[in-house]
Amino acid sequence: MKKLALALTFASLIPAAHAVEYTQVQPEKSAVTFVYKQMGVAVDGKFKKFSSQLNFDPAKPAAAKATFDVELASVDTGAPEGDQEVAGKPWFNTKAFPTARFVSGSVKALGGNKYEVAGKLTIKGQTQDVVVPATFTAQGNTGVFDGGFTIRRADFTIGEGAWAKFDIVANDVQIKFRITASTK
Amino acid sequence: MTYTKTAKALHWLMAILLFGLLALGFYMHDLPLSPDKLKLYSWHKWAGVTAFLLLTFRLFWRITHRPPALPDSMPKLMQLAAHAGHLVLYGLMIAIPLSGWLMSSAKGFQTVYFGLLPIPDLLDKNKELGDLLALVHKSLNLLFVAVLAGHIGAALKHHFIDKDDILTRMLPKH
Ligand code: HEM
Repeated sequence: MKKLALALTFASLIPAAHAVEYTQVQPEKSAVTFVYKQMGVAVDGKFKKFSSQLNFDPAKPAAAKATFDVELASVDTGAPEGDQEVAGKPWFNTKAFPTARFVSGSVKALGGNKYEVAGKLTIKGQTQDVVVPATFTAQGNTGVFDGGFTIRRADFTIGEGAWAKFDIVANDVQIKFRITASTK
Repeated sequence: MTYTKTAKALHWLMAILLFGLLALGFYMHDLPLSPDKLKLYSWHKWAGVTAFLLLTFRLFWRITHRPPALPDSMPKLMQLAAHAGHLVLYGLMIAIPLSGWLMSSAKGFQTVYFGLLPIPDLLDKNKELGDLLALVHKSLNLLFVAVLAGHIGAALKHHFIDKDDILTRMLPKH
């Protein structure tokens, strides 16, 4: 019995010893940015504050998990008056909905270093299914995830009232991220 | 002696456009953020680029077509002042749109002519530089308003006090 227990423990240790799981997100080397179009002009923005939890083992991508919480009031639209406006009621309404959240569901390996992460994105109390293509590049015990996807702001009623039309600020908003994480 | 038809057309076309740009610029700047404000900003940039294009043609025309000489009735010092004033006006008509374009680049809002033709950004996004260039654009415009007031005042003085043909020779039917 003792032998068996020992053998089991040992057996469970072997894969653990080989598995490299990236879990420690490095905020200073990670970024969530976006591109929106204003009368045909692409403008860059970013979120200064976000947190994420990550479990990713390249050997077992299907078991990977990721959660992002983006502090919407930390938005940088490229202009101070834009930041104020977008935090307000017609846009993010950050008083009532301070964070946007992404929770991963299934993760598919597409071959090479490409993956496809399906998940749920919740902004302003509304949840949508999104599929996020991402790449993963390992450098020693740190790995970098790069990806992006496009949302339609109207799906989350971001920009109501006078802003609801798309002639000035387009509906499509491209979201990009770079997450650097290390193994334990 | 008079100006060419083209020189007159350019003068009055740009006069209308520049007054519009000045008024629009000062007006839009103080508006609270709204879709209309963003629309006016785009229109301002497009009109400003148009003014710059017209100006390059106007400079070419000015160099290839000598304007009529100033009347001998004008003292030499006044003639010098008139030439200097015109030189400053040309300088400002170059510097103002250039500062607007550079400011837009530094602020991270590229200028896309009529929403179709992207004009390259010469400067990278840089908040401090953007704010500085906004101040430059504004100051040059305030100077422009002052010099224009002198320009218009001088033209009126020529017409009503000196009673010479300085104003009328720029008019279409002369
Ligand atoms: C001869 C042409 C132009 C004239 C007479 C003109 C005039 C003005 C004036 C009077 C203002 C208000 C300044 C203030 O109160 O701060 C302004 C602001 C502005 N102009 Fe121009 N402008 C010209 C060309 C341009 C061009 C070519 C661009 C860009 C491509 C441009 C971009 C801007 C922007 C972005 C502002 C707003 C600055 C701010 O909000 O801080 N302008 N312009």
